[in-house]
Parts: sequence; C-alpha cells; structure tokens
Amino acid sequence: MAEFAILVQNIQKSFGSVPALRGVDLSVEKGTILGLLGPNGAGKTTLVRILTTLLQSNSGRAFVEGYDVVRDAGLVRQLIGLAGQYAAVDENLTGRENLIMVGKLYHHSMREAAARAAELLEQFGLTDAADRTLKTYSGGMRRRLDLAASLVNKPPVLFLDEPTTGLDPGSRLALWKIIRDLVSDGTTVLLTTQYMEEADHLAGTIVVIDKGRIVAQGTPAELKSKVGGDVLEIHLADVLRTNEAAKILRSLTDATPETDTELGLIRLPVSDGTGILPKAIRALDISHIDVGDLVLRRPTLDEAFLKLTGHRAEMM
Amino acid sequence: MNEQLKRWNPWWTLTDLLTMVERNLTRYRRVPQLLIFSTIQPVMFLLLFTYVFGGAIRTAGGSYINYLLPGILAQSAVFGAIQTGVGLSEDLTKGIIDRFKSLPMARSAVLLGRTVADMMRNIFVIILMFAVGYGIGFRLGGTWSDALAAFAILLLFGFAFSWVSASIGMLVKNTETAQVAGFIWVFPLVFASAVFVPVESMPDWLQAFAKVNPVTVTVNAVRALLLDNATDIDRARYCAEAIGWIVVILIVFMPLAIWLYRKSE
Ligand SMILES: Nc1ncnc2c1ncn2[C@@H]1O[C@H](COP(=O)(O)OP(=O)(O)OP(=O)(O)O)[C@@H](O)[C@H]1O
Ligand SMILES: [Mg+2]
Repeated sequence: MAEFAILVQNIQKSFGSVPALRGVDLSVEKGTILGLLGPNGAGKTTLVRILTTLLQSNSGRAFVEGYDVVRDAGLVRQLIGLAGQYAAVDENLTGRENLIMVGKLYHHSMREAAARAAELLEQFGLTDAADRTLKTYSGGMRRRLDLAASLVNKPPVLFLDEPTTGLDPGSRLALWKIIRDLVSDGTTVLLTTQYMEEADHLAGTIVVIDKGRIVAQGTPAELKSKVGGDVLEIHLADVLRTNEAAKILRSLTDATPETDTELGLIRLPVSDGTGILPKAIRALDISHIDVGDLVLRRPTLDEAFLKLTGHRAEMM
Repeated sequence: MNEQLKRWNPWWTLTDLLTMVERNLTRYRRVPQLLIFSTIQPVMFLLLFTYVFGGAIRTAGGSYINYLLPGILAQSAVFGAIQTGVGLSEDLTKGIIDRFKSLPMARSAVLLGRTVADMMRNIFVIILMFAVGYGIGFRLGGTWSDALAAFAILLLFGFAFSWVSASIGMLVKNTETAQVAGFIWVFPLVFASAVFVPVESMPDWLQAFAKVNPVTVTVNAVRALLLDNATDIDRARYCAEAIGWIVVILIVFMPLAIWLYRKSE
C-alpha cells in the first residue's frame, strides 16, 4: 500500500440526494503527477476535499502515504499541502503574515516560519507585495499566495484544485516549472484541471472523471489513442465551400468529417495515416477548392475528452 | 513512520489558540471601522438615553446615568457578540476555514480564537464606555474590587453570547444574514430587559420575560456591584443568577457551535 502516495478505494459521496462521487478508485505512485480531468460538476473538488480531510465520504476508504484520511486525519494533515479551487487566504493580513501564520499552525518556530515565508514569497514573485494586505492583491496574486501557502510545510503530497485558473500565461508557465521541480524532488501531486493542455503537459497519468465516475484512465498518449487514428485537419481558403468539400472528403473515407462552416475548417478522422493525404489534395483540386492549410496530426486530449464524456470540456 | 510526522504536543493547543487570537485581532486593527462602529453605537445610546430620555425615566435613587451605564455595558457586550458570528461566516464564505481544516492545528483554535479575540475587544469597549460614562457624571458606588468583579461578569457574559452568535453564524453561512439575524435575537433581549428602564414599569406579560432574561439578570448583578445599591444577600443572588445563565448558555451553545463547525462542509 505504501508505494502509493494516494490510494482511493470505492469512494462514494452524496450531498443530500445529489450524488457527487459514485464509486471512485484510483492510485497515485510516489513522485508522480496525476491529472484529474473532468467537466464542471464532475466531482473533482469533492474528491480533493475528501483526500485532504475536509469532507468525509459516505463509503469507501482513502489513504495518503498509507494513512487513512478519516482515522489518521491528524497525520495526513502533516503530509499534505492543499491549494483549493478558491484561494483560502486571509484578506486582512499581508502576504507575509498569511504565510507566517500557516507556518506557525504547522508548529514551526517563528524564525523558521519567517524564513520559509520569505523563501516562498520570492519563489512566487510576491516579494514586492509581501507587506501589503491582500485587499490590494489581484486575483492572480492571491492565487499565487494560496499556492505558496500549500508549500509551507514542504509536503510530500500536494493537492492542487485547478491551480492555474486565473493565472496569466507567464505565471502559469512559472507554476508548471515549480510543479515539475517539486516532482523531480520526490513530491507527489494530484492536480485537477479543465485545461487539456495542462494535463497533457504535466501529468504522467490522466484520470477522466464525469458525473462522479471515472470514465477513462491512462497516459496522455493512451487516452489520445483511444479516440482512434490520426486527424486530418483542413482549412479552406473559401469558407463558403466547406460543406461541398466535406462531402468530397467523406466519399474518400468511411468517416464523417466534423466541420466548422464559419472558419472553413474540416476535421476528418483517418485510419490509414499518410495514404489519405495525396488523395484528399487531388480530389479537392479537381473541384477547384483552394486549401489554405492542411495538417495531419494525432488527436488532441480535447477530442479524446469529448469522445470519452460525450460532451466538450468547458473551457474557462 | 514518516520522518516528517510530529507527535501532538498538548502545548500546541495553546499556541494555536494564540496564533488565531492574534489573527482575529489583526482584523480589528486593519479594519478599524469594525471597532469604531461597535463602540460608537453604545456611546450614542449612552448619550441619547441620558440626555433625551433621562429626564423622563424615573429610577429608584441616584441619577439616571448611574442606572444606565451598567445596562449599556451589558448591551454592548451582547451587541459585540454579533460580530463573532459575522466574522465566522465571513471566514466560511471566504474559504479560509478550508485552509485551517487542512492544517494539523488544534481543532478548537478556530472557534476559541474568534470568541477569545472578541472578548479581548470587549475589554477595550468596556474601558472606553466606562470613561465616557465618567465624563458625563457616572460615579462608582461600590469598591474597585467590586467593579473588577462586574467587569469579569460582563466579559464572561459577552463570551457566552459569542458562542450563541457563532452557532448562528455557522448556520446562516452568509455575512449579511449573520448581521441581520444577529439583531433579530439581540433586540428583544436587550430592550425587554432592565438595561434602560426598571422591569416593574413594563406590562405583566412582558415582565415575566424581562425578569428571567439573562440580560436583566446580568445587569442587576453589574448594577449591584458598581452602585452598591442592593443588600448583600440580593447582590450575591444576582451574581449567582448571572453566572448561572452564563454557564447554561455556554453548556448549550459551545457544543452546538463546535458540532456545527465540525459538520460544516
Ligand atoms: N457542499 C455541497 N453541497 C451540495 N452539493 C454539492 C456540494 N459540493 C458539491 N456539490 C455537488 O456535487 C457535484 C460535484 O461537485 P464538485 O465541486 O466536486 O465538481 P467539480 O468537478 O469540482 O466541478 P468544477 O469544475 O465546476 O469545479 C456537483 O453536482 C455539485 O453540485
Ligand atoms: Mg471544482
């Protein structure tokens, strides 16, 4: 059991008559990143709250570093860091005071707490704002402070619920780097996200959850291959001829192309890879349809997600 | 066993409490309006009642300000308690409680840290009210040690009501509602009591309530101690009644608030 940093066994949770989790099992090996991917209301936050001892499940068990999240909650809390979906920081304190308070509540000495606070403020680019109260912070700054607070105790297991929502691209990249560095030092990370790109980029394993159930699980490459073969994506020079072009392409393969008539975009799932390319170009050329851009690529996680859950992930 | 794990040190119950008290007092420092409004209100009541109604209200012996100040002190303790629920519901809605619950800190520190901080704020309010009262003619009838006993009763009384307010704050989970709900339970308690006028001047049905009202009981005890206007036996009885109410309120509402906190999701 202890080789897993996180182990979840048949966890169920309802709020009144609303089921949020309907029997979830998963395991996360030490020193890896698990990406929990799912649309709004899938149950991601509920699972994170159960694993971080904020909420109790109705049935099933969960372990962090081998400790039961209910029975050994006090031990689990010493081993985890949490950055929830909404920043959990004190508005009336300064950034530094917030981090020092958290350090003291981990029972670090005042000197340790102050030193760690300064280190984290530096790491998250908040040194200049360190001694201002949070009332003057922007949303992204609060978010970064919240992430810093989750690292005060250098936790071996880190839970991040949509950590990059609300961050600008620069801060997002910086956070990705921090997360990768932590993992290479042995930290285990469970992160939820709505960004396919993020899961693809960071996570070794992705678990797709929808309506309280796990619908797919695997490496990013495995999930993509579940959607089938490659995708041929064609941008037409003349958007008005999208449907006409789609009809021509359909006759070349058995698959139905996905079209966007406003963008003049056609997506065609193909099974025989590169063989389709010259045929498609020739067929369109014969009908005098000009191709603006054409790529043959692996399916995105976005498409995999759509296929697995039957609906598109809400993008923030 | 993971080398990072520390065994619980009972001492931490106290240090966590102090950390939380400090945090809650910082709120009063950073948002001085909170403190200003919770003191302006009783000062206004003191001035208005003394000068507007003071001439019309007849109280046995002494000037009306002597009768009124002990009442206003109890009133401000109860009004101040509303802030406990408001502060807690604010913490709940802003999500900081989630942070605390995920930390290996003493579970009691969140609620106790709030109620104890509000009790410390009351020390400030009581001293200020006492000074204003002195400025407009209040005079201590009893000894200073009696006065200290009266302060202790007032502080404990405010502390007890802080737990009532904490329970309400966690039930409504919304800052504005906590504020409004606060006034709903506080107004009848404060006005149907011996804070402003003698209970004997009220209609019979109201007297029945006003006489057992914990606010009346506390005000009687505080008056007896500050003014030395009762027999020793009466004074002892008033104090016993006041402490009895404080204990009853704490026995009911402390576990209730803790239970609501534990099950708040
Ligand atoms: N405290 C609560 N009370 C009642 N219902 C809740 C509560 N928390 C969550 N739910 C319900 O449980 C389900 C799962 O919610 P959860 O917050 O876990 O989803 P999520 O995957 O985190 O969604 P999002 O991407 O929007 O954050 C939803 O139907 C939600 O309405
Ligand atoms: Mg969520």
